[in-house]
Amino acid sequence: MAIKYHLEFEKPLVDLEQQIEVLEGSAEAGQSDLTKEIAALRKSHHQMLRKIYNSLTPWDTVRVARHPARPQCRDYIGLICKDFCELKGDRRYGDDPAIVTGFARIGSHKVMLIGHHKGRDTNEKLACHFGCAHPEGYRKALLKMKLAEKFGLPVVTLVDTPGAYPGLGAEQRGQAEAIAVNLREMSRLKVPILSLVIGEGGSGGALGIAVADRVAMLEHAWYSVISPEGCAAILWKVANEQTNLAAAEALALTARRNKRLGIIDQVIKEPVGGAHRDAKATAGSIEKWITANLAELKRLKPAGLPARRYERFRHIGQFRESRPAPVTTDD
Amino acid sequence: MTQAGARSWTESREGREVKIPEGLWLSCPACEEMIYRKQMEANAHVCPLCDHHFRIGAQERVRQLSDANTFEPMFENLSTVDPLKFVDLKSYKQRLKAEQQKTGQKEGVQCGRAFVKGRAVMLCCLDLTFFMGTLSSVVGEKITRSIEHATEHDLPLIIVSCSGGARMQESGFSLMQMAKTSAALARHDDAGGLFISVLTDPTTGGVTASFAMLGDVILAEPKALIGFAGPRVIKQTIRQELPAGFQTSEFLLDAGIIDRVVHRQELRNEIARIVDFANK
Repeated sequence: MAIKYHLEFEKPLVDLEQQIEVLEGSAEAGQSDLTKEIAALRKSHHQMLRKIYNSLTPWDTVRVARHPARPQCRDYIGLICKDFCELKGDRRYGDDPAIVTGFARIGSHKVMLIGHHKGRDTNEKLACHFGCAHPEGYRKALLKMKLAEKFGLPVVTLVDTPGAYPGLGAEQRGQAEAIAVNLREMSRLKVPILSLVIGEGGSGGALGIAVADRVAMLEHAWYSVISPEGCAAILWKVANEQTNLAAAEALALTARRNKRLGIIDQVIKEPVGGAHRDAKATAGSIEKWITANLAELKRLKPAGLPARRYERFRHIGQFRESRPAPVTTDD
Repeated sequence: MTQAGARSWTESREGREVKIPEGLWLSCPACEEMIYRKQMEANAHVCPLCDHHFRIGAQERVRQLSDANTFEPMFENLSTVDPLKFVDLKSYKQRLKAEQQKTGQKEGVQCGRAFVKGRAVMLCCLDLTFFMGTLSSVVGEKITRSIEHATEHDLPLIIVSCSGGARMQESGFSLMQMAKTSAALARHDDAGGLFISVLTDPTTGGVTASFAMLGDVILAEPKALIGFAGPRVIKQTIRQELPAGFQTSEFLLDAGIIDRVVHRQELRNEIARIVDFANK
């Protein structure tokens, strides 16, 4: 059996899992009827799992979001899309595998699906720069969004990136410009846009494909202006277990806190123990969210979508406004 | 953060008795020559010997760009709160207070109507001296309102950027200001408005990846550091030395990302000239 990857806080489960395995092994060998014992162990395993996942710290959440077995964009495409017709390239520089784009059928909807992909094996990870997209990735995404607009297809984006790639070529080819243009153009795209953070929502690199009518996060995903390590290194001067935990807490990066702050619209529940324990069930919840929201948004006039989207983002931010208001605008 | 130009002779020669009154002379960080502060300041805060552009605050920037006494500050009634109750080694509230006391400013951007060589404009100047010009809810809101005001009154919009990027202490709210300002610029663009983005040293992170890169025309002061990721992060990621001049204005000009590199003394003229070309 393949060696399972356990997160630090999952260690209490290992013992139980081993016991279950041993019992199952002997049950298979037909030694005795252990169904009851196995069931009891499974139950306590499930209870412990639920308990652990109900009390994750924000830093634990970041680790779940980065779990090597956590389903990625291409996994969900396989599980959700009835047909996926991948479209590559930005027509200017190249094709960035860190962003996957293509026509897709989800439920009864035809959509343009766009998502960050981190890669599974070493080669794929390297090619995808671990989900850190280059400018050509963002430009490819925008090109396909415009294509979607032309044919009246809604856009669905799956966000999963530690951040946009910080490198020589990326800077030279205008990483900042590519992201900025996406923010501007997505805000006025005349088709419905849904964005879902499935794993990591790292800063501008995430937002670059997440200016949407509805934004949701999977329960154990994170979304923030900077990674906890980056924040810890700058504000706490050093990134270690303790400061990462403090930074993760301070940044309000969990799905629940983002929802409470009004930055996202919905939290999508994951199976007990995280998406990596049941990709199919997670995919089912995602599909439900996508189809329900598309059905709603499709009832609206496409021409009116940018105005609604504008309002959605226009009101994000907290500050105090003292009176008297300045005499500035006529309205 | 201290301004590059604020390093005085006495500070740089710590422990040695120096008779020159502090701040009268300073050593230019670029050519390392001693220059007379007043002469440098009269030269738009540019080194008279080597053209090094010293970093300046928003007030000085506004003074330099606008016609005398024409700047009308707007949206000054917005003030920063601490939405996340953010505490690192110090609390956000403490840091804010310290920045406000240090600079005498409420926040890191000044916005208002002004005239540039007789042309009415909407002018926003980020202030590097306040919290490194980082993007807070208030900075984002003031810029967004400025863009909306420019759109409504068909005013040319000038945003002078200098920023360390996002305001980490406002996390997601800071991030969303990127979307908000960019969306406002989409409307400004739809209405046919002119936006001149002026990049100064340094312009990085979330500010670069939003409004700063969305100018119809993008100008930059010479040798400014302009980029998405900081040089340190890039170096750590790629594990090699960065080429000389990487992420400078001149580098971006060569890369085709900005339109013009403009000497600070010429900025007013250039802005007026572009406003005229755009028939605004």
